This record gives sequence, C-alpha cells and structure tokens, in this order.
Amino acid sequence: MTWDWGAVADFMPKFWDGLLLTLQILALGSLISFALGLVWALLMRTPSRLVRWPVGAVTEFIRNTPLLVQLFFLFYVLPEWGVTASALTTGVFAIGLHYSTYTMQVYRAGIEAVPAGQWEAATALNLPVTRTWRVVILPQAIRRVVPALGNYVIAMLKDTPILMTITVMEMLGEARLFAQQNFQFTEPLTVIGVAFILIAYPASLLVRALERRLVR
Amino acid sequence: MTSGLWELVLNGIWITVQLLVLSALVATAVAFGVGMARTHRLWIVRFLAGVYTEVFRGTSALIMIFWVFFVLPVAFGWQLVPLWAGTLALGLTYGAYGAEIVRGALNAVDPAQREGGIALSFTPWQRMRLILLPQAVPEMIPSFTNLLVELLKGTALVSVMGMGDLAFSANLVRLALQESAEIYTYVLVIYFVIAFLLTRGMRGLERRLKAGVGKQIGRTPDQELHRPETTGVGAAGSLGGAS
Repeated sequence: MTWDWGAVADFMPKFWDGLLLTLQILALGSLISFALGLVWALLMRTPSRLVRWPVGAVTEFIRNTPLLVQLFFLFYVLPEWGVTASALTTGVFAIGLHYSTYTMQVYRAGIEAVPAGQWEAATALNLPVTRTWRVVILPQAIRRVVPALGNYVIAMLKDTPILMTITVMEMLGEARLFAQQNFQFTEPLTVIGVAFILIAYPASLLVRALERRLVR
Repeated sequence: MTSGLWELVLNGIWITVQLLVLSALVATAVAFGVGMARTHRLWIVRFLAGVYTEVFRGTSALIMIFWVFFVLPVAFGWQLVPLWAGTLALGLTYGAYGAEIVRGALNAVDPAQREGGIALSFTPWQRMRLILLPQAVPEMIPSFTNLLVELLKGTALVSVMGMGDLAFSANLVRLALQESAEIYTYVLVIYFVIAFLLTRGMRGLERRLKAGVGKQIGRTPDQELHRPETTGVGAAGSLGGAS
C-alpha cells in the first residue's frame, strides 16, 4: 500500500469546493425536507380521507423506493415533460422530497406527543384552528422533534454523494474526477471518507446533547 | 417495451435480490457480532466495537462502495468480483447500523433477567444465548425491517459501479428507448413491491418470534410497563413476590 501526501495536497483545493457544495446541498435539502415534511404531516391530520389517503400512499411510495432511482426519474423524465432545471436544483429537490417523507413521521410523532389537555384547553379558550396549531400545538411539537430532525440531517449528509450520479460536483464528484485525471484513487476517496466521519460524528454527538436538553 | 428489454429488467431484479440477500446475511452477522461486543465486559472490546460502528455509520454507503471497488484492489491487491464487492460494502455499512439496533435491544432487556442468569451461574455466553437473545431478538425485528428496506434502497447504489442490478437495467432501457418515464415508473414500482413483500415477511417473523416468548405483536416495552395487572403472572416480579 502506498500513500502519496502530494496527491492529498493536490486534491485539497478541489476538496474544499466539494465540501462547500455538499454543505449547500445539505442546507437547502434540509430546509425543503423540514418544510415539506410539515406539510405532509399536517395534511395527514385533515379530517378528509380524500386528502389523507393519497398523501399517505405517495409518501409511503417515496419512502420505500431508492433515492438514486427517484433522482434519475426527476433528472431524465422532467425534461421530457418540459420542466428543465439544473442538475443541482433537481438533486436538492430530490433529496429534500425523499427526506420529507421521513421528517413527516417525526412531526407526526411530535404532534401526537402533545398532551390531550393542550388541545382541550385550546378548545375551551375558543381558539380558532389555525391559531391552535400555530401558537399551541406546533411550538410544543417542534421542540420535541428537533433531535430527531437532526438525525435525519446527518442521514441526508450521507446521501449527498448520490448527487454525483447526475453530474453534481460535490465531494465524491470532485474525488472521482481527481482520481480519473491523476489515476490516484486511494488518496481522494480516503480523504472524503475521513471528512464524512469528521463531520458526521461530532454532529451525532451534538444531536445526542440536544436530545438530553430538549426531550424530557 | 420489447421482450428483450423486459429480460434485462428481470436480470436486474435477480441481481438486486441476490445482492439484497447476501448483504443482508453479512449485515446480520456483523450486527450481532458488533452489537454483542458493545455489551462485552472488557472495555477494550466495547471500545473497538464502538469505533467500528462510528466509522461505518459515519461514512456514506456510496463512498464505501467506491472505496471497496477502487481502493481495495490498489492498496491491498484484493480484486473482488463486483457482486462480492457490493455485498461487502453494503454488508459492512448496514451491519454497523444493525449493531446499534442489537445493542439497544440487549440493553432494553430487564436487568433482572441478566442477574437471574448470574445467580444461576450461567456462563456469559449461556446468558447471552439462552436468556438475553431470545428476549431481545423479537424487539429488534421492527427496526430490522426498516433497516432491510434501507438496505434494499442501498442496493441501487451498486449500479453506479456498472453492476447490472435493477437500477442499472433501467438506465440501459432508457438509453435503448430514448424515453424514460415509463421504465423508471416500472422500476420504482418493482422496488416498492419488493419492499412491501419484505415488510410483510418480517411482520410474520415478528409474530412467530414474539409468540415464542409469550408477547403480542405491537406491544412496545413502554406499553408493557403500563399493562394492567390483571393476572398474577406479570405482576409477581413487581410486587416482590418470593413465591
């Protein structure tokens, strides 16, 4: 086994570009998944079965099929339907949509964990539905789900390399390009592998600390 | 779609299923090995098992696949057949997630059960095999079901390496037909059906395993705590009955 520090040094500028893009994808994907997940969770609470059933079926479908194939679907099929978006936009949307079907379950659990007395108090105070949700239920529900959402952000981080397959130059994309240009696979791939551990492990410690503080 | 193209898709399903079964076996072995090691009495064993889980949970499955395909041959001279390379990468990664499930379930077994084993002078291995695992395994099944579906989704990643699995066959058909909506819809539906069958199968397994230790499906340990004490059997321990 040979290890070439020169190759590591050559790769580092590319690595920082890739890291920056990975973090951007992660931030945007998280925002989409938090927002969409909340929308799904709220739709699943509507009284009408005509809303609940399709939302439940679609999210179940998205959750149980591979992100990679969904990504290809969006990347190749949407242009056929006349919707054009850059690879990065498609990728961010795909990852956000995929994870929204997970965060939806997190929100659901958080909403269900709000004590029934809170609902009854809102009814007793004659609060309108939107106000009940906005100032009573959601603030309590979201506080409880922050650590669980954090776990999904970490999971999402580990799925960002998939975007490489649709030509997005995040960390793995940069590493592969560098490897193919220089015929040095060991160094760039190991560097990004270590980088993922160095980001994911402290992040998971942070989530655990949050869990202790926010969830009683 | 012509029958030749369908044959491609069928081949893809077969490879995906092979990969799923093999990597699930590797992942199960790793999960139990590492998960049990994390409850070992020597701190060094627990520490090494902890490092393993954090390292493999820390990296992405796709990076592991790249690593096994490109770095292992160069660095160690191990050129694996693609199927085994994929199995190794997926099995090691998802095994690390499974190890956390095993550890959690083992820790959730009532401490009195372990102490009972010590009192009866069982060896550590006998305690694990005869007391802890039979009670912990049924509790692991729902989490393992989720992990198995994640693993199925993970198998699609090997298509990046050009392995002819289901996701890869979709790519070939897309190139052949210059049309992608139809084939990708089919492939997504096929993945969904496989996931559905897996979930159903695992639920049956859970029912059988729980019947073996006298529990009902769908009861979490938390509900178990709040069970109304109608029969003397369940309540005997909590009343401190020395009968």
